[in-house]
Amino acid sequence: MASKAKTKSVISDEVMISMDNVNKWYGNFHVLRDINLTVHKGERIVICGPSGSGKSTLIRCLNRLEEHQAGTINVQGIEINNDLKNIDEIRRDVGMVFQHFNLFPHLTILENCTLAPIWVRKMPKADAEEIAMKYLTRVKIPEQAHKYPGQLSGGQQQRVAIARSLCMEPKLMLFDEPTSALDPEMIKEVLDTMVQLAEDGMSMICVTHEMGFARKVANRVIFMDEGQIVEQNEPEAFFNNPQSERTKLFLSQILDH
Amino acid sequence: MAVSKKQKYAFIRSEDAPVLPPPASQAGITGWLWQNIFASMADYSSLGASIISLMVALLSVCILYFGGIQIYGLIDFAIFSAVWSDPQVIKREACWTVDQGGALPSGWHGACWPFVMAKHKFIMYGPYPSEELWRVNLTGLIGLLGLGWVLFERLPYRKQVGAALLTLYPLLAFILLTGGNSGASFGSVSLWLIIGLAIISVGRMGKRGFLGATFTEFSGLIGFAGWVFVIYNAIRGMAAVDFGLEPIDTRDWGGVLITLVVAITGIVASLPLGIILALGRRSEMPVARLLSTIFIEFWRGIPLITVLFMASVMLPLFMPEGVNFDNLLRALIGVMLFSAAYMAEVVRGGLQAIDKGQYEGAQAMGLSYWQTMRLVILPQALTHVIPGIVNTFIGLFKDTTLVSIVGIFDLLGAGQSAISDAAWSTPVQALTMYIYIAVLFFIFCFGMSRYSIYMENKLSKSRSH
Repeated sequence: MASKAKTKSVISDEVMISMDNVNKWYGNFHVLRDINLTVHKGERIVICGPSGSGKSTLIRCLNRLEEHQAGTINVQGIEINNDLKNIDEIRRDVGMVFQHFNLFPHLTILENCTLAPIWVRKMPKADAEEIAMKYLTRVKIPEQAHKYPGQLSGGQQQRVAIARSLCMEPKLMLFDEPTSALDPEMIKEVLDTMVQLAEDGMSMICVTHEMGFARKVANRVIFMDEGQIVEQNEPEAFFNNPQSERTKLFLSQILDH
Repeated sequence: MAVSKKQKYAFIRSEDAPVLPPPASQAGITGWLWQNIFASMADYSSLGASIISLMVALLSVCILYFGGIQIYGLIDFAIFSAVWSDPQVIKREACWTVDQGGALPSGWHGACWPFVMAKHKFIMYGPYPSEELWRVNLTGLIGLLGLGWVLFERLPYRKQVGAALLTLYPLLAFILLTGGNSGASFGSVSLWLIIGLAIISVGRMGKRGFLGATFTEFSGLIGFAGWVFVIYNAIRGMAAVDFGLEPIDTRDWGGVLITLVVAITGIVASLPLGIILALGRRSEMPVARLLSTIFIEFWRGIPLITVLFMASVMLPLFMPEGVNFDNLLRALIGVMLFSAAYMAEVVRGGLQAIDKGQYEGAQAMGLSYWQTMRLVILPQALTHVIPGIVNTFIGLFKDTTLVSIVGIFDLLGAGQSAISDAAWSTPVQALTMYIYIAVLFFIFCFGMSRYSIYMENKLSKSRSH
């Protein structure tokens, strides 16, 4: 993978996300500790770390699926607080892909994709369907449009989930372990879709253990442990020359099988 | 051929194993017999299993035999030995044996259908005036046509017909059945209409954020309450119009008419109320959760008979002088709230079966709470609990018989009062009537049950999880 030419990225100065001293607790458990992170438009960030290190919680705070208790989070200049209007506005522009796809089983693939454009963006049905078909073609499953999620393979379902998020034409995509629930032969098709998305210039934050993907696509790799950002660096430096002991231990565990 | 030690476990398939048809025990008539009748004898080699199989078979034969005798007895009573007509119009004497002074052979035991036929009008409509029965029939016919239209999938405009059935039809039924001209004054109706419109505009203002952040959250609820006011009073206004129909007090209603009015009102109202209560009980807002929980636990904790007694006996005592709610209306409200509490728990069961990921998927795309519920969560949750919902509907339908204890003559009440008619007094009078009532109830309940099975199959086919 490392031999392949790295996808180009155009990073602008425009700040997409800024997290300042963000802290979060689950009851007594301090799950996010003093997180500071700035993401620019066009950046592709991979977050890795051991189970329970707070990676998922961190990106779920970015669209308020989880509430943070201290510090400030700004997404595209809008602060995430208890104001529902702000949250609605942010969710419109931030797409999210989940480990378990979270497709709606009672709706067809096409209906899954058009639901939010029709009800949130108030788009006419025909336009929404056109956009949905465009993105379903892009993830290479336009022929499945009238099937139900239960009739698709895991990899196909995850690609539908990506297309569904793209239908809202988001400015930022969050991926929460998108390949962890997939059979090995399905992982590649999903990663290929994500690489293609990166090549098209999408800003993305991706929680994943696919280190090949990180090397190929990421501008920055963040390693988290026990709720803190332990190390962040460019992928080459991160993988070839990790600084912290915890990073070294983690990398040795996931890379040497 | 000598095989070296290294090659011993190596294996390469040179040709594919053939794909064969299933053995006889898996397919065809033999397979069906094995799987459905002799399944317990699958390992017939074991003595214990074969003894058990034989005993089960013996038991089945016994049950069939004794059950058969019972069923034959019932059929014989209701059909073969029954008296079907009363050509001489001699009423009870048509069903009397020689010993009792009639013409039937001694020891005769059979249904007396002329009695049911003579009481048919009373069982269907109660004391509703005969010359006005067309109003009830018309209401029933329109309802039946509308329901048929909505339930059969191939017809166009099903949604519109359904909406009319839920909005215009109750109004039409009210006017036709009672005669309209409810006596509500023009002034009071228009005052309440204006209040309703005012509440709606408060909701609108709240939505725009003029009233502060706290109000924004409840603006939807305020607007909804306003619409309820407006619609209720629009209906009140319509019902007050004099259409020249003769007013008929609900005391003159009875029989199947009452059963259907109570059951349909209960069924139609309990589902939406139950959904709102179930959502309230799972809400993150403490006040909504507490109120819903108290409501549900209160209504579930008291028997329906108590509810009906309270509604018909206690409630008027608390009312100010002159305010007089209709007895049927009070019973209706009691049944409605009672079944809503049960429905709420059924729906809550369905909501709990929905994966958290479904909420998150919807939220992450920016759907609001109500959109998430309406478009994503409830369609799935309600599908899961169709058996429970229909169970509650059927239970409610049969519970309507309890209204007879507060002096409302439903199907059972009308039947019982018909039994006491001395002109038809025979030893088989009561039994005949009860069989007839049971058949009527069975038709309605079995119909609901079949439709629910049809719905379940249809929904599971389109999804294939």
